[in-house]
Amino acid sequence: MYRYDEYDQAIVDARVEEFRDQVNRRLSGEMSEDQFKPLRLMNGLYLQLHAYMLRVAVPYGTMSGKQMRMLAHIARKYDRDYGHFTTRQNIQYNWIELKDAADILAELATVEMHAIQTSGNCIRNISSDQYAGAAADEVADPRPWAELLRQWSTFHPEFSYLPRKFKIAVIGAEEDRAAIQLHDIGLQIRKNDAGEIGFRVFVGGGMGRTPMIGPVVRDFLPTADFLSYIEACLRVYNRYGRRDNLYKARIKILVHEIGRDEYARQVEEEFLHTKTLGLDAPQAEVDRIAAMFAPPAFETGLSDEIDRSDPDFALWVDQQVKAHKAPGYAIVNISLKPTVGIPGDASSAQIDVMADLAERYGLDELRVTHAQNIVLPHVKKADLYAVWQALDAAGLATPNLDLIGDIIACPGLDYCALANARSIPLAQKIAKRFESLDRQRDLGELKLKISGCINACGHHHAGHIGILGVDRKGEENYQLSFGGSAAADTSLAKIVGPGFDEDGIVDAIEKAVGVYKTLREGGERFVDTYRRVGEAPFKEAIYG
Amino acid sequence: MRIVTGNDLVTGAVTWWTGNGWSVHVADAVDAGHEAEAIAAVEEAARRVNGPVVIEGMMTDAGPTPAHIKDRIRASGPTCRQDLGIRPDFQIEKA
Repeated sequence: MYRYDEYDQAIVDARVEEFRDQVNRRLSGEMSEDQFKPLRLMNGLYLQLHAYMLRVAVPYGTMSGKQMRMLAHIARKYDRDYGHFTTRQNIQYNWIELKDAADILAELATVEMHAIQTSGNCIRNISSDQYAGAAADEVADPRPWAELLRQWSTFHPEFSYLPRKFKIAVIGAEEDRAAIQLHDIGLQIRKNDAGEIGFRVFVGGGMGRTPMIGPVVRDFLPTADFLSYIEACLRVYNRYGRRDNLYKARIKILVHEIGRDEYARQVEEEFLHTKTLGLDAPQAEVDRIAAMFAPPAFETGLSDEIDRSDPDFALWVDQQVKAHKAPGYAIVNISLKPTVGIPGDASSAQIDVMADLAERYGLDELRVTHAQNIVLPHVKKADLYAVWQALDAAGLATPNLDLIGDIIACPGLDYCALANARSIPLAQKIAKRFESLDRQRDLGELKLKISGCINACGHHHAGHIGILGVDRKGEENYQLSFGGSAAADTSLAKIVGPGFDEDGIVDAIEKAVGVYKTLREGGERFVDTYRRVGEAPFKEAIYG
Repeated sequence: MRIVTGNDLVTGAVTWWTGNGWSVHVADAVDAGHEAEAIAAVEEAARRVNGPVVIEGMMTDAGPTPAHIKDRIRASGPTCRQDLGIRPDFQIEKA
C-alpha cells in the first residue's frame, strides 16, 4: 500500500489546521455561511437533512486495518456508531458536529487519510477495481497509476474550479468492476502488440441527469505520456466546458456536443503542448510508487482445497469468494447488504471486525467497492472458514453478492438534501420480498440499483433493474428501468413505463422477474434475457 | 401556516422557530406569518440558526406539520433508522 512521504503528510496536516481556523472563524461570526460553505465543502463537510455530513476519501477504495479501525473510532467517538460506505468507494458520517470537524480530520491525518476533494468542482477521489493486485484476470495493478493521479490532482491549482465535478476511474483487468465507461475519464490498462503497458482512455461517460457512455478517445496511451495526456483532457474541458448551465457542465456534455472526434483532436493538439511541460512523473517516482504496491509475500505451496462440509459455509464460498492470482489464496467479498439492512451501512463494531480480519487473515488490506461492499483481497483458502465464522458472528456473512439482495442504494430522502424520494426503505422492501436465498440464487446475477434523485448516486442508469425516485406532486414516486450495466458490457437502462408508489414498484419487480424466469434460456442473466427479447413482454406483464 | 426552520450552526440539528427561540421539536413550531423571512434573516445574522428557510405547513391533530415530505422527514429523523430520530412516531405519509 502507498505510504505518505513527508510532503503528503505536510500538506494534509496543514490543511487540517487551515480548516480548523476556518471553522473557528465561522463559529465566531467572522465568516458567513455563504463564505464558509465552499470552504467546508472542499473538506468534505456537507449540511444534509438532519445534520452535517462528512465524506472521507478512501483513495481508490484501498485501506489498511489501521485505517479501517480509525473509521470505526470516528463513528464511535464523533458520530452515532456507524458509517455509510458509498458508491464512490468512500465513507460518509451522517451526524457530525461542526465543532468536531477539524478534530476528526486531524485524527484521520494520523492514519494518512483525509476528506480533501470529496466535494466541489474539482477532481474527486480516484476510484478503481476492488480486486486490484489480486484479480486473476489482471493485466497490471492499477493502483500505482491511481496513486499518481491522486498526487497530481490533489490541490491541482488549474483544476480546483472546474466547470463541474470530475471523476476518474482506473482498472487493470479485462472485467470492468469500476464502471469506467460511466466516469468522466475511465482508464483501462492494456498491453499493445509489443507487450508494452498502456491505457485505453474513455472520456465523457457519466450518469446523473444525462447518462452517457464514454467513448474511447485514445486506444493506447503510453505510460510515459500518462499525466501530460490526462492534463490535456482536463484542459480542453476546463476551457470549453459549460459554466453557464449547471446541468450541462459535465465533460460528457462537451464531448457529446462537439463530438468524440473533435474533442479527441483538441486533446491531441493540447497534448503537444502539455508534453513539453515536464508534467509526467520521472521514472524513479513511478518506480517509487509502484514499489509500494508490490505484491505481498504470498506463501507458496499452499493447498487450493477448501473443506466444504459445512453447507452454510459452502454457500458463502460459492457466492462471496472469488479467484485470486496466487495459488492457495482467495478474494473475500463481505456483504454490507443483510436482508432489510441498510445498503452500505456498517456499525463501528462491524468495521472493527473487518479491520481485525484484514490484519489477522488478509495481509492487512481492505477495499471498499462501488457496490457498497467490502473486500479482503488476499485471504488464504485455509483461513476462509475462520473468516466466515467471524463475519457470520458479526452479521456480515450474507451470501448475496451480485444477487437481487445486493442492492445499491443512495442515502435518499432519509438523509440527503438533494433527494426527492427515499431509497433505503424501498431497498429494504425489495430485499424482504426476495428474502429467500434459494430464490435469489435461482435468479442469478441481478443488479438492482436505486437512486433517490436524478443525480444517480445509486447508479440506477447502470442497473439490470434501475429505480429512480422522483417527486410527483409532493409524493414519492418510483420510475422503473431495465437493461443497464456498469461492466464491460456497459449499457444504459431504459425506462419501462409510468412510475409506481413504494408498494407498486415491488410488485412490478416481482412481475418482471417472473417474465425473466419464464423466458430465460440457458445461463442467461436477467439483463441478457431483457436484451434478447426486448421490453415488450416485461411491459405487458407489468402494465397489462 | 408558515414555518421557519433551519439547522443549528454547531450541531447541524434541525431546528424550528418557536416564536422566541429555536427547538429541535417540530411540535414547538409556530406560524411565523408574513414576518417569517424577517425572522429568518435576523436569526441567521445572529448565528442562532444556519440556512433558515420558510416552509409551508398546516396545523393538524398531531400539531404543526410541514406540507412537504422532505420537511416531515426532517421533523422525524431518518425513517430507516427510527432509533436515531428526534421524533420517530411523526407521521411521514400524507394524512
